[in-house]
Amino acid sequence: MARLSLDHVTKSFANFEAVKDVSIDVADGEFLAVLGPSGCGKTTLLRLVAGFEKVTSGEIRIGSDVVSSSVGSVAPEKRRVGIVFQNYALWPHMTVAENIGYSLKVAKLDKTVARQKVEDALALVNLQGLGQRRPANLSGGQRQRVALARCLVAAPSLVLFDEPLANLDVHLRASMEDEFAAFHKRTGTTIVYITHDQAEAMSLADRIAVMDHGRVAQLATPRELYHEPANEMVASFVSQGILLPADVLTGEDGGHCKVRALGTELVVRCRPGERPRAGAKICCRSADLDVSPHGPGFDGLVKRVIYQGGAARIEFTPAAGPDLTLHFEQPDPVTLESGAQARLRIRSGWLIPVGTAS
Amino acid sequence: MPTRVRESRGQEMVLTAAVAVVIVLLSLLPMLRLIKEIVAPGGTLSTVAIAAGLRSPATWIATWHTLVVGIGGTLLAVLSGTLVAVLVSLTDIRGRSALVLCYVMPLMIAPQVTALAWLQLFGPASPFLKLFGAAPPLGTKNPLYSTSGIILLLGIQYGPLVFLLVRAGLRKLPRELVEAARAGGAGWFPVLVTIVLPLMTPSIMAAAALAFVSCVGNFGIPAFLGIPANYLVLPTLIYQKLAGGGPAVLGETAFLSALIGVIAMAGILAQEVMSRRRDYRISSTSLPAEPYELGRWRPIVQACMWLLIVLVLFLPLFGLVLTSLVPGYGIALTAKTVTLDNYRFVLFEHDAANRAFFNSFWLSIAAAFFAVVVAVPVGYLIAWGRQRWVRLLNLAVELPYALPGVVLAIASLLLFLRPIPLTGIQLYNTVWIILYAYLARFLVLALRPTISGYHQIDRALEEAAQVAGAGLFTRMRTIIFPLVAPAAIAGGLLIFMTALSELTVSALLWSSGSETIGVVMFSFEQGGDSNYAAAMSVITVAVTFVLMLVTNLLAPYLPSGVLPWRD
Ligand SMILES: Nc1ncnc2c1ncn2[C@@H]1O[C@H](COP(=O)(O)OP(=O)(O)OP(=O)(O)O)[C@@H](O)[C@H]1O
Ligand SMILES: [Mg+2]
Repeated sequence: MARLSLDHVTKSFANFEAVKDVSIDVADGEFLAVLGPSGCGKTTLLRLVAGFEKVTSGEIRIGSDVVSSSVGSVAPEKRRVGIVFQNYALWPHMTVAENIGYSLKVAKLDKTVARQKVEDALALVNLQGLGQRRPANLSGGQRQRVALARCLVAAPSLVLFDEPLANLDVHLRASMEDEFAAFHKRTGTTIVYITHDQAEAMSLADRIAVMDHGRVAQLATPRELYHEPANEMVASFVSQGILLPADVLTGEDGGHCKVRALGTELVVRCRPGERPRAGAKICCRSADLDVSPHGPGFDGLVKRVIYQGGAARIEFTPAAGPDLTLHFEQPDPVTLESGAQARLRIRSGWLIPVGTAS
Repeated sequence: MPTRVRESRGQEMVLTAAVAVVIVLLSLLPMLRLIKEIVAPGGTLSTVAIAAGLRSPATWIATWHTLVVGIGGTLLAVLSGTLVAVLVSLTDIRGRSALVLCYVMPLMIAPQVTALAWLQLFGPASPFLKLFGAAPPLGTKNPLYSTSGIILLLGIQYGPLVFLLVRAGLRKLPRELVEAARAGGAGWFPVLVTIVLPLMTPSIMAAAALAFVSCVGNFGIPAFLGIPANYLVLPTLIYQKLAGGGPAVLGETAFLSALIGVIAMAGILAQEVMSRRRDYRISSTSLPAEPYELGRWRPIVQACMWLLIVLVLFLPLFGLVLTSLVPGYGIALTAKTVTLDNYRFVLFEHDAANRAFFNSFWLSIAAAFFAVVVAVPVGYLIAWGRQRWVRLLNLAVELPYALPGVVLAIASLLLFLRPIPLTGIQLYNTVWIILYAYLARFLVLALRPTISGYHQIDRALEEAAQVAGAGLFTRMRTIIFPLVAPAAIAGGLLIFMTALSELTVSALLWSSGSETIGVVMFSFEQGGDSNYAAAMSVITVAVTFVLMLVTNLLAPYLPSGVLPWRD
């Protein structure tokens, strides 16, 4: 079990910066998810931690040891880091048991002890009795479990996952997710888990680092990420937040302030110390919107109604902002029709803080 | 409608039929003729030929020698080729493309030229050793006239072959497989031994099989190094028998050549068995692993690599050039003795050498041209054809090249010893029989790049032309040929380079008037005129170099891997 800290880590390939000035502290035993759109540098970050890539500048520490810095770096085999790859990376020329026992063999562990550990690891991932199979004769989910067992058998202090569930079907994902969670609870290993699936990140992680173009856009708990995004990128990336231009009318008071958006005034949550300003943005969730035919609100046009069983997803263009699209769900009975005029109300929202725009 | 259907079917049928005829003529016919000679000499089934062959002690000795040099040469080639491939592919060694170019070069040089170059380097007459006054006294035996000499040169000749296949395999090794092992605590060397090399087993085995077939079928090296020491392998035994006995001993040599074929096949089968023993299929694709940092070892490893290259390439070629510049056997090269007479002699004065240059050039051009023209439709059927028998087709084209050249030469002799039925045309004792053998043997060299060219082309391009109303032949001419032409032509150039100084086939098929460069070189060397042989070798090597440069111009349009010397 070890703490992992990245301190102003930058990684350039030729003259392209894949990871820019990233600082993250992962506490001992924490489950950190790294979330971000494709190509934002997640895998590169992971490979830096594992030692497969060298940092261009900055420093990485595992426990109390500096493992990577611009001066030099500890070889991957000396880091005691476990890694699970998206494509499993099982060795086809070895049996399942040989795959799992590889690191024990390399460490020249006593054969009987090693065999016991392999058995235990197989049991841990519910693959008892499959030790003599070849990886080619396993299903995708089983392969992923073998990969997990292989990385766990050496009891690494830090386990890295690179989109481990991306190649599995939805059904298997859910059950593997449960297994990862159970594994984390049982062993308390520090985990860095890369994914581009938000639900996965939310349900598994203690904290989530959202990455964008090589930078950490926000590092926070799932709840905070959802309710209090630090910038527009996070606001729109997480759960498809809706961004609306707004003017702040009053200063912060008890965590709230008054803003004007789409021609109506409303009260939104905000950070302490917010002051009145123009050109701000608020973020609302589809749950914050509802239809209010007669009350306060703003008018607009229903563009599309997509019935999804039990509720419909409505896409709506406000008259005050013709290039904006708001979406929300209306539960049955669905009354809105595409092409119709409607009046909406924003119940609540979050004022995006100033100065942290991505 | 039915007429339209018939029309479009018709063109495909014509194409298929034409290809089938070519394959039958060039591949199946000679092989069948050879088999017939062995199992049914004179037309009736009998084991006489086999029994006679088995009874002769020369057969057994030559077979034993063939196995010894075949296995020895293969081992050396596999060890050196794999080592170089690992160093070049997995470490951060510098100057990679220059290294690859130089290391692969011996593959482009004919074996007998390699043999000659090395002989010139170490013999008592060596102008190179004389430069330092280090030449052994005249009359000393050249150390290369020995089993180990043959094995050494075979290893040097075919190490690059192994290198190319193993390097291609290493390039496809996904980095995660290496990284998972490193994360598991394995250092670089354990990863190499437990992960990389085992996963490379199929490549290494395939390379070993190819090297083995090449070693047992090689004629040039055992001819130059073995015959003087009376150390005969099967190809040289066949050569001696034919040279001494003419057509009368053809039956006997047919058996011997089939024996080589069987040995070569055994090597290929052994490879199949070895690669099947485990599962080595790599399913994922990814980037190749980061090169291993040699650190302070890098200068040393680099120096060793270049030393190796100096030893296997530059030094022998240098020796060859020196020999071609001295006026006669055993004369030291000085400012006074240096002369271009040898070149003048082989280029302008010696009749047979003149004819040889002429013959070899047009034979190579004809073989290359024919192969390019045939490779396009054959490649079309193999790469894009829907018929199931196309795999057999591919096999049939590979056969004459996969089997040692001696086998094809003997088969051609058997086939054309008598005039062709009905026409009365006589190919035996003419240059045409050599052309026939070249066409059969080298077709696959143009076919392989063409097929990989087809695999790179989006089939939709052809289909678009089809929708536009172009028939098969029109599409071939206007769409398909221009698209695969670079690959096919590069294949043609490879054929030209290979055929230009070819010896194995022409040594058995030549007759007075139809000498090839290889044959004349060989007879110069046998007659003790190494200086003339060296001059001819230098000329062919120079032509090969120039052609390689020309072919390089095509490189941007070629699928990777077509030009072996380009990394
Ligand atoms: N070895 C390399 N050389 C050059 N550029 C690289 C290299 N590896 C990654 N990159 C670039 O760095 C950027 C980040 O890549 P990375 O693989 O970390 O993305 P990712 O967030 O993991 O994306 P995905 O979700 O698609 O896996 C990409 O633009 C990629 O092209
Ligand atoms: Mg990735």
